[in-house]
Amino acid sequence: MNAIYNKELKAYFSSPLGYIFIGFFLFASALTFMVTNIQESTSNLKAFFEGLNTIQMFLIPILTMRLLSEEKNSKTDQLLLTAPVSITHIVLGKLFAAISVYGLSLWLTIIFPFIISIYGEISRGELISQYVGFLLMSSAFIAIGTYISALTENQLISAVATFGILFVLFIIDRIAINVSNVHLAAFLNHISISARYGDFSRGIINTEAVIYYISVVSLFSFLTVHHIDKKRWI
Amino acid sequence: MIEVKNLSKYYGPKLAVDNISFSVKKGEIVGFLGPNGAGKSTTMNIITGYLSASSGSVTVSGYDILKSPDECKKRIGYLPEFPPLYPDMTVREYLEFVFDLKCSKSKLKKEDHINRVIALVRINHVEKRLIRNLSKGYKQRVGIAQALIGDPDILILDEPTVGLDPKQIIEVRNVIRELGKEKTIILSSHILQEIDSVCEKIIIINNGILMANGSPDEISDMLSSKEEFTVIVSGDREKADSVITNAIENVSDVKFVKETSEGLEYNIISDFGKDARENVFYTLAKNDLPIMSMKSSTLTLEEIFLKLTGENAVPLVKSEPEPKAQNKSFKEAFSDMLGIKKEGK
Repeated sequence: MNAIYNKELKAYFSSPLGYIFIGFFLFASALTFMVTNIQESTSNLKAFFEGLNTIQMFLIPILTMRLLSEEKNSKTDQLLLTAPVSITHIVLGKLFAAISVYGLSLWLTIIFPFIISIYGEISRGELISQYVGFLLMSSAFIAIGTYISALTENQLISAVATFGILFVLFIIDRIAINVSNVHLAAFLNHISISARYGDFSRGIINTEAVIYYISVVSLFSFLTVHHIDKKRWI
Repeated sequence: MIEVKNLSKYYGPKLAVDNISFSVKKGEIVGFLGPNGAGKSTTMNIITGYLSASSGSVTVSGYDILKSPDECKKRIGYLPEFPPLYPDMTVREYLEFVFDLKCSKSKLKKEDHINRVIALVRINHVEKRLIRNLSKGYKQRVGIAQALIGDPDILILDEPTVGLDPKQIIEVRNVIRELGKEKTIILSSHILQEIDSVCEKIIIINNGILMANGSPDEISDMLSSKEEFTVIVSGDREKADSVITNAIENVSDVKFVKETSEGLEYNIISDFGKDARENVFYTLAKNDLPIMSMKSSTLTLEEIFLKLTGENAVPLVKSEPEPKAQNKSFKEAFSDMLGIKKEGK
């Protein structure tokens, strides 16, 4: 798994993709920070993270689009699948590499709370829970993107489909508000990945939400492994 | 070393490999022959664990590819039809990655091992270049290097000399021959001279069916009939001509081939289903025309290939019948699983 993880991590930075991703992520988050905190003169980062949530919907597909589709397209999957490494390790190596790049960009945004702390008060506990929660939520999205990149050989299709699905998940709790059927509304709320984030933004690390995100990551990793394995049989 | 039993592979409804069985012993260099789309690459992909078979089994050094894939994959170095290269890596980075991937638990020393492989396939001077910028021949060599990483006992090379220039082809063949001294090699190609010059044994498949399996001589023997043979006669050309063409029973066609140092060479075809060799011997002896040699015509690999991949070709190997799937009822299977024995009545 380490070999795949290292290779993926290098791949992000031996092509422009990693730099563009991090650069654009920081640029967009800086703009968001300016609008949500500096112009509003508030030290509360809730709105900032909501802005980041919107940004990641556009950026995560770029991070995950090539993960598995490129291997299939360039036939390098033949190397990986005939090496004495299990498919689970291949998928997890790739997933963790994407999460690491994402985590790095997210970690760099720490500069914004730092700026706030110079001029005002910031609750450290709340900040930690916000970052932890946000990384967990993003990991769930990245796992979904990884799964979609395993479904196609075409990076563009992979990116657009991932964006479509993230977009639906992004607005699903807003749709749920207008659904009259109680059960359906509850169901929609349940699959809304962003809705779980609420507690984290209030400084609560909710075990249920943590487990929920880890489950989503596990589920989609499992589906990815299953899909690659199934392809060998058809 | 490699046992393939009753292997079949369906791609959707299409049968790509049809009940193939063969085995490869340690140290053999086996050539895999067949026209395009015959099922060569599919078979290789199944042996290496990239694809799974629809039915049948593959065992490598006693390990089943499905039950212990890692043990099998460890022992195999595979060069697929398209070398699996990452264009954004340099040659050395790529080989280092392959080493990390394959040999995380092995005792091989990374630097030394990679240097050895690089020297073996002669890519020293391009090791710092990006794979994207290499010519096809060098990419192919990097592909071969990749297969050699980890010192596998078995090498499976799918068309290893494609895209190489004539000089490189000879080099790669020499590398393969060199490697063949200690490793088991399966290589596919449709360059027949290549198979002829490198391999001790050939396996021919056509439309997914195993057509022949053995050394080129064995296969040639099986294919060439008693009906056609070559005779070299010592004596006068005119006399020999008239005796051979007119006086021998059961001969349907005679062709003069050439005059050799030993005498006159004729190609003789018997009547269908009959063997004219005895008649030829006695008649020529009676006419004072000594036979210097007589042999059934051996086929070149090219002829063998064309005969076995033609439209009406008949396989030389009888495929073993597929073992019947045991259609147990659910109840039986369940009680088998629980170890419940049927009570006799």
